[in-house]
Amino acid sequence: MEAVKKMRLLDSPRVLDLTDEEGYLCGKILADLGADVIKVEKPGGDLGRRRGPFYKDIPHPEKSLFWFAFNVNKRGITLDIETKDGCALFKKLAQTADFVIESFPPGYMDGIGLGYSLISSVRPEIIMTSITPFGQNGPHKDWKGSDIVGMATGGFMFMVGDLDKSPMRISVDQASLHACSEGAVASLIAYYERQRKGLGQYIDVSIQASVVPTTLRAIPHWEIGKGLIRRSGPYRAGIREGGQLMRNQWPCKDGTVTYVIWGGATGARSNQALVEWMREEGFATDFLNGMDWANFDAGAVSDETLQRLEEPIGRFFLVHTKAELFKRALEKRIQLYPVYNIEEFVDSPQQKSREFWVSVEHPELNDIIIYPGAFAKSSEVALETYRRAPLIGEHNIAVYGDELGLSHDELITLKEAGVI
Amino acid sequence: MSNTDPGETERYRSKALEGVNLLEFCWALAGPFIGIYFAANGATVVRIESTRRPDPARLAVPYKDGIPGINRSAIFAYQNANKYSIAVDLRHRRAMEVVTRLVSWADIVTENFAPGRMEEMGLSYEKLRKIKDDIIFVRVSIMGQTGPQSRLPGFGIGASAVAGITELVGWPERTPSTPVAGYCDVILPRFGTAIALAALDYKRRTGKGQVIDIAQNDATAQFLAPTILDYTVNRRIATRRGNQSPYAVPHNAYRCAGDDRWCVISICTDQEWQDLCRVINEPELAAKPGFITFVERKKQETEIDRLIQDWTINFSAEQVASSLQEAGVSAGVVENAEDLLHDPHLGRFIRHLEHKEIGTTPNMGQAFTFARQEAQPAMPSPLLGEHTEYVCREFLRMSDEEFIELLTAGVFE
Repeated sequence: MEAVKKMRLLDSPRVLDLTDEEGYLCGKILADLGADVIKVEKPGGDLGRRRGPFYKDIPHPEKSLFWFAFNVNKRGITLDIETKDGCALFKKLAQTADFVIESFPPGYMDGIGLGYSLISSVRPEIIMTSITPFGQNGPHKDWKGSDIVGMATGGFMFMVGDLDKSPMRISVDQASLHACSEGAVASLIAYYERQRKGLGQYIDVSIQASVVPTTLRAIPHWEIGKGLIRRSGPYRAGIREGGQLMRNQWPCKDGTVTYVIWGGATGARSNQALVEWMREEGFATDFLNGMDWANFDAGAVSDETLQRLEEPIGRFFLVHTKAELFKRALEKRIQLYPVYNIEEFVDSPQQKSREFWVSVEHPELNDIIIYPGAFAKSSEVALETYRRAPLIGEHNIAVYGDELGLSHDELITLKEAGVI
Repeated sequence: MSNTDPGETERYRSKALEGVNLLEFCWALAGPFIGIYFAANGATVVRIESTRRPDPARLAVPYKDGIPGINRSAIFAYQNANKYSIAVDLRHRRAMEVVTRLVSWADIVTENFAPGRMEEMGLSYEKLRKIKDDIIFVRVSIMGQTGPQSRLPGFGIGASAVAGITELVGWPERTPSTPVAGYCDVILPRFGTAIALAALDYKRRTGKGQVIDIAQNDATAQFLAPTILDYTVNRRIATRRGNQSPYAVPHNAYRCAGDDRWCVISICTDQEWQDLCRVINEPELAAKPGFITFVERKKQETEIDRLIQDWTINFSAEQVASSLQEAGVSAGVVENAEDLLHDPHLGRFIRHLEHKEIGTTPNMGQAFTFARQEAQPAMPSPLLGEHTEYVCREFLRMSDEEFIELLTAGVFE
């Protein structure tokens, strides 16, 4: 498995990944790009291994699909960094590392003698990235986070959901993933600078702040336009002041499609093509046929006009399936998209033709599992899924013995002491 | 640990990427957001723009004082700080002279037009490589540059639909809610920026450039990875379930006193449950049969939500969040834009800069701080074509004669 060292985008910089389930994706992105990421777990394994879903629904620390998904391409060792020996061993490891990523509560790493100032004193060029719910400073730095807290305090939820019900998160955890990818960007910016100037860096990533970009236009809309963009269910918020909202999620024969009646040049071609198709099937009203799409302004449309646009379009979608609508949309370049569930996304001809999904061998399970593939395609170096997520302590001997030079006896002593 | 003064980071940007030149053929959201990371950290980012086909973000409401204008959109101003703008008529027969000079100057070229559009303009990767052999070309799209559906144009809202996000937002018995229209436009740029930075490192080591094809579909799939494995392994098809979570109960947004004010609460452990019961003055509930274990509570989720809401409605969202957090319970205000602007933790991330035409505007920042940074003054988002002459003279080193000749010929808009 380790035999031939393949060329990767990054030249195997070493990452020590101390994160919990809120931070796994950060190291995974660096691993995908070619970093040698070592996931450091507590003896017995990370708590994140208890997070579902599980392989064949069997809860077991070596069967967490959550763990698999975000730790693929990493190696794994166990180490109790709270013990004196563990702390010393971590410092020794840090001298071989380029990055440390952690997601403990603020102050924890300082408290156990592994804060940035201490690590950088033994390894000045280290880049240390901390991912926490609210950042390292401020009145709420010690507040407890969670996915829904991140999505709420970062401003996403206020804008999402049906107006007659509560604000809404996405049903699958997202908040810390924004912070993890932000942390990967920040780490690589620091790495670029380090390659030129040799300087280390400490990076403070906030999950709350990482969610704020998802509010898109909300902040300028409030400050310059003095309006709050509120949740509006399947409609489009923040475009028209007052009056009826524009629909952008439409029921169709077998589910939902997304279609926005964009104004101006953006929508003219697409709206025209849709109306032409509706005309062929007898759904285009005189009003639709007479629309001057080039001069259509979605922000200034009256309630009455909106009604006369949406009613026939809605009727037309209801008699067609997602597949029928999408097929024609592709042919005529109508900006209509089917709302796919996970199965439809996995089976979509587009993802298949791009050979996006990859098979990963899990010899212990005697099985091959299909994973999402690379997040991007490079013409120089394929981003590969080359290693399944590590078993508990799988690379202890390789890392501590072969690379750090600890003897067999030392390893046994550390294991018996519960350090590794 | 990181003691960067918030007042300082508000007005200054880092120099970490000083010396990197990025040329941006981008509009709307996902493409320009990559440029934001580079520009905010000291790279020189030049946007090629057009008055004939302006960036839709320049036409996005609200305009300052409600007066329309190509330089008056608060949305564009929010998301293009620290960039330069050059206005070129790309249909002009001599436009390629300017583009060639810009590509030669650049380390990275980004684009997010509908796939095929760059080729139609004569700007394929092969063409760019002929101009500059080691160019890094980052191509952003919804579906990718290849495949039967690649050429479908669209925005992030389309990616949310086809990549499975929209299906997961809302109530199971209702039409899904739109996750903010450009949700996926926020996911892709971080992956796009990370790989562009890795490509720079690869170029440093090997001297080689490359073309990168990054699709919203492929980036968004990373955010759904465990859910995708749950399907490929267990054949379970996830759907939307309001605010419920498989591993927490209660887990919801609760109405508080005031107009459209809400607080979220999430409880994972028995200890947190007992702490919550104490704060909401229902201490006996923690020991009540049917509410003691997680599995029991999961069955009583509706009832628990009702009890909590009966309590939260009497207090402000801020009071609810503070009293629960003081008791060790995970909670937070559902913040609206005004809350975000006044949040003590977010001030340093939302910078206010003096825009040349519309005055003081908020600018989106990064969600991280560097402990050590050489700072330089930040620039507001550019007016369309504001830096045409500056870019030609300072970055492309054109002589007066060359610039004036091209200007007279009508290459610049």
